[in-house]
Amino acid sequence: MTTTAPRGTGAVTPGRGSGGPAPRRATIPARTLRTDRWWLQPLLTVVALLLFIVYATFRAFQNAHYFAEPYISPFYSPCITTACEGDTFPELFTGPTWISPALYILIFPLGIRLTCYYYRKAYYRSFWLSPPACAVAEPHRRYTGETRLPLLGQNIHRYALYAALVINVILFYDAVLAFRDETGEWGHMGLGTLILLVNAVLLFLYSVSCHSCRHIVGGRINSFSRHPLRYKAWTQVSRLNARHMQWAWASLFSVAFADFYVFLLATDTINDLRFF
Amino acid sequence: MSYDATFRVWRGDASGGGLQTYTVAVNEGEVVLDVIHRLQATQAGDLAVRWNCKAGKCGSCSAEVNGRPRLMCMTRMSTFGEAETVTVTPLRTFPVVRDLVTDVSYNYEQAARIPAFAPRPRDKDGNHRMQQIDVERSQEFRKCIECWLCQDTCHVIRDHEENKAVFSGPRFLIRLAELDMHPLDVTDRRNAAQEKFGLGYCNITKCCSEVCPEGIHLTDNGIIPLKERVVDRRYDPLTWLGSKIGRRPKD
Repeated sequence: MTTTAPRGTGAVTPGRGSGGPAPRRATIPARTLRTDRWWLQPLLTVVALLLFIVYATFRAFQNAHYFAEPYISPFYSPCITTACEGDTFPELFTGPTWISPALYILIFPLGIRLTCYYYRKAYYRSFWLSPPACAVAEPHRRYTGETRLPLLGQNIHRYALYAALVINVILFYDAVLAFRDETGEWGHMGLGTLILLVNAVLLFLYSVSCHSCRHIVGGRINSFSRHPLRYKAWTQVSRLNARHMQWAWASLFSVAFADFYVFLLATDTINDLRFF
Repeated sequence: MSYDATFRVWRGDASGGGLQTYTVAVNEGEVVLDVIHRLQATQAGDLAVRWNCKAGKCGSCSAEVNGRPRLMCMTRMSTFGEAETVTVTPLRTFPVVRDLVTDVSYNYEQAARIPAFAPRPRDKDGNHRMQQIDVERSQEFRKCIECWLCQDTCHVIRDHEENKAVFSGPRFLIRLAELDMHPLDVTDRRNAAQEKFGLGYCNITKCCSEVCPEGIHLTDNGIIPLKERVVDRRYDPLTWLGSKIGRRPKD
């Protein structure tokens, strides 16, 4: 039994590209013939990233409840103005009181995530639909990719990495400071210490697993045999790099969770669970 | 166990065409290409399909199965339900010749543009020497069977025909990466990668890696490292300064 679909009248492009006709392509009007749930992954990405953006924006502008002795929220660290709560970092200047200290440092975590090769894939697919999924036509008429500004600026990723590594060191320093109790006595540990420590480790793994880091430690070399130490470093970073996406999501979740935990402590909603 | 499957196959040529529905017998253990061959043998003797090895090594039987770029010979029928309609269409990115056969000459034109391997002079004893670890990265890209599935799925040219003039596609970006990483090669291809082969058009959405039947990590191991090398050459002021004061040789 054979049925014949009506014949089309000319070649079409799968997308809405305006680059003139697509000569002699097969006439397939459907945007995609995929039958699986290709829309699920971009949808989940949009939901997860929007939730984080809304929460992080609220907390960054809130300018309160970011310090509960001895813990400081990672959103506000390093806290560099004289208006800062707590004393976890040298106060470098006095800014207008209506500007949240988080806003001065926001550019650093934002910089590495915005230019990160994984997040680029995530938001180009999920937010810009370019493409929403493989073999699913994108809705845009023109496409120039990362050939011109502002997207040409993605090439500064390695500088965002350098800045993020500095922030990583400071977050480890915060985790060390968290081995104190409420009175400043050393040698104590609470659940908050563990959360800050895990967060610092995850953020560090996210940074060093980055593709730019992989390039810098050894990827740019052509003769690994002449640089055995850099080859070893490259091999290790390559292992981490294979899970860069997982580190990206784990660290995004952990940084929000660490902030939320400090928020709960600072608002006296819960008490810190002290281990010793 | 055999069953009758419903297949929709695109039939036509450059002047037009559409999906035609067939009912075809499927036996246990078969792949999509087996069913297409049965269709050709029993119902559609003039069905055009390109194939050769039936082992996933020649890269000839590339098509889109249920909208996904696949090798027909490597797509098992057991991955579909017996009641599921299987739709087989030609590669969308290339001009169709007839039915499932497309004209992939764009790819060979791009291949011809790549600056050839240019090794440094031989050692004094007449040999070229390199260590295995020096060429391992390049060898991953040598697994490419040139099935053009990555080229087909890449939205840069799939959705924008006009970009074929400025973008050579993922397969040739990893060819550039392969040569640029080669320990013996002396040609600097970084500027050309950006200016002539359209590296900047890639927005690393990784569809090429998803569809590669050889499991080559085109994006992570080829295109992104090449992008980073281009940053070294063109956009990183520190690297540029280092090369000017002699602190940063090519290797």
